[in-house]
Amino acid sequence: MHVSGGGTSSGRGLRVNGDPLWLRLLLIGSAITITGVLIVIPVVYVFVQAFSDGAGAWWSQLTEDADTRHAELLTLSVAPAAVLANTIFGVAAAWTLTRFRFRGRLLLLTLLDLPFAVSPVVAGLCILLIYGSRGWLGPWLKQAGVQVVFAWPGLFLATTFVTLPFVARELIPLMESLGADEELAAVSLGAGPWQLFWRVTLPNIRWGLLFGVIQCHARAMGEFGAVKVVSGGISGQTDTMPLRVEKLFQEYNNPGSYAVASVLTIMALATLTAAWALEHWTNRRPTPSGKEL
Amino acid sequence: MVRRGAGPGNPLPGFGAGLTITVAWLGILLIIPVLACVARAGTLGPGEFFSAVWSVRSRAAYGLTFGTSAVAAVLDVVFGTLLAWVLVRYQFPGRRLMDAVIDLPLALPTAVAGLVYSGLYVKSGWLGQFLVPLGIQGAYSKLAIVLVLAFLGLPFVVRTIQPVLAGIEPELEEAAASLGAGRLDTFLRVLLPSLRPAMVTGGALAFARGLGEYGSVVFVSGNMPLRTEIAPVLIVQKLEEFSVAEATAIAVVLLGASLLALGSISWLESRRQTDAR
Repeated sequence: MHVSGGGTSSGRGLRVNGDPLWLRLLLIGSAITITGVLIVIPVVYVFVQAFSDGAGAWWSQLTEDADTRHAELLTLSVAPAAVLANTIFGVAAAWTLTRFRFRGRLLLLTLLDLPFAVSPVVAGLCILLIYGSRGWLGPWLKQAGVQVVFAWPGLFLATTFVTLPFVARELIPLMESLGADEELAAVSLGAGPWQLFWRVTLPNIRWGLLFGVIQCHARAMGEFGAVKVVSGGISGQTDTMPLRVEKLFQEYNNPGSYAVASVLTIMALATLTAAWALEHWTNRRPTPSGKEL
Repeated sequence: MVRRGAGPGNPLPGFGAGLTITVAWLGILLIIPVLACVARAGTLGPGEFFSAVWSVRSRAAYGLTFGTSAVAAVLDVVFGTLLAWVLVRYQFPGRRLMDAVIDLPLALPTAVAGLVYSGLYVKSGWLGQFLVPLGIQGAYSKLAIVLVLAFLGLPFVVRTIQPVLAGIEPELEEAAASLGAGRLDTFLRVLLPSLRPAMVTGGALAFARGLGEYGSVVFVSGNMPLRTEIAPVLIVQKLEEFSVAEATAIAVVLLGASLLALGSISWLESRRQTDAR
């Protein structure tokens, strides 16, 4: 149920637009106020706060605190790893669910949406109950000397859980609408599985795939609730950037907190810009909710 | 479209490998952890379970979670319909920018949203300096939760209504106008019925988003038990007190509510698709 795209401008909207000028101005004014107060002012505020002591102070907030530096590196490793896992999953799931009809297909499609509905906190708790010291696998993991919860693997599992559907949900409607004709032709001409994927399927889905990856990454780097539950909140060890924002905020270190928040905001804005450019460049219009099977 | 099954009739490769990866990922990452949660709650005695999920504190938390999510969803439907209308029907400078900016709540980490909203609405904040003297507490209050949830849910409503509004045939409105209907009449009697399913679905999506939200709310609400403590915050609180059993019991209730919301959205969506045909 992720939402993407938009900008549904139809030229004919103008033709029937019989609204009087005052009404138009009133509605446009309200729309500007709503987006301004809810969305634009908060973003501006992040940067004003982050740079209130100048760019130099901002930079030293980001680079001089060892725990903050660690959080940055941690987010840079956890988020891409989760995105990679979910990209492999997304391509495999989209291929299986759109190119074959089998019993249990609808069940898998429904399960795919589960992370959209489950609260991130509950997701984190679920992981804790399996891998935690008193969880199902806890004693066994302890014997094997593997630390999952309060460590990198836990952060990875929690982030992957929450972002699981993003790539798959982008690809499924796309591959469904493309159909399998080209792939069937390639197979009948003797293409092997890898040839089929690299030469036929991937070129057709590459923009949709990129779009899904971008959205998955935005969500992965910003994940908070699920990661917080499994992280244990150990500064300099298991704090990702969003968790660092909270910790600095609780320590009344506003400049530090806003500096980290501003980096996350820049990444979010970059995500939006990339998604927007991709949409206009490839002229594709993603469905408002990827459910049209 | 492939209508053939996975059997010998379908020459495409990769069914086995694809299904294995799909089932393995879903199983290991999703199904087994969720089942573990439910199973753990099942090991509690009925009395223990009931006293955890139905304590005064947890009831207050459910009420607050549902209430604030519902109010935020209603706000989003009103705002979102207005935004979709303006974006689809009018041309004005900055329209494309507005259209792009609406997706921001989907990309912005929730912790950032929470941090900023808590700063903006306190007495010394940019917006709080005008609102607090009027008695409007937009930070560390129930209103704060509603505001931040409305922010997060807004794109779901706009993006659900936009394509429907763009697809409405102008002939319909022209006919109504030529029959003497006023603009308001046309909107209420012709457009609104066509938009209603999209408004309901969008609102449901925003509501579901609000139910599970934690990251932003923990910053803005103040997290006072019985007053501004939502269910996910209560779960984390219980975990920090090492009351894993209680946390799990409350999580199962929240999980049930989320699944119910997901089911309703699927149902609404499928009804919307059949209506459209």
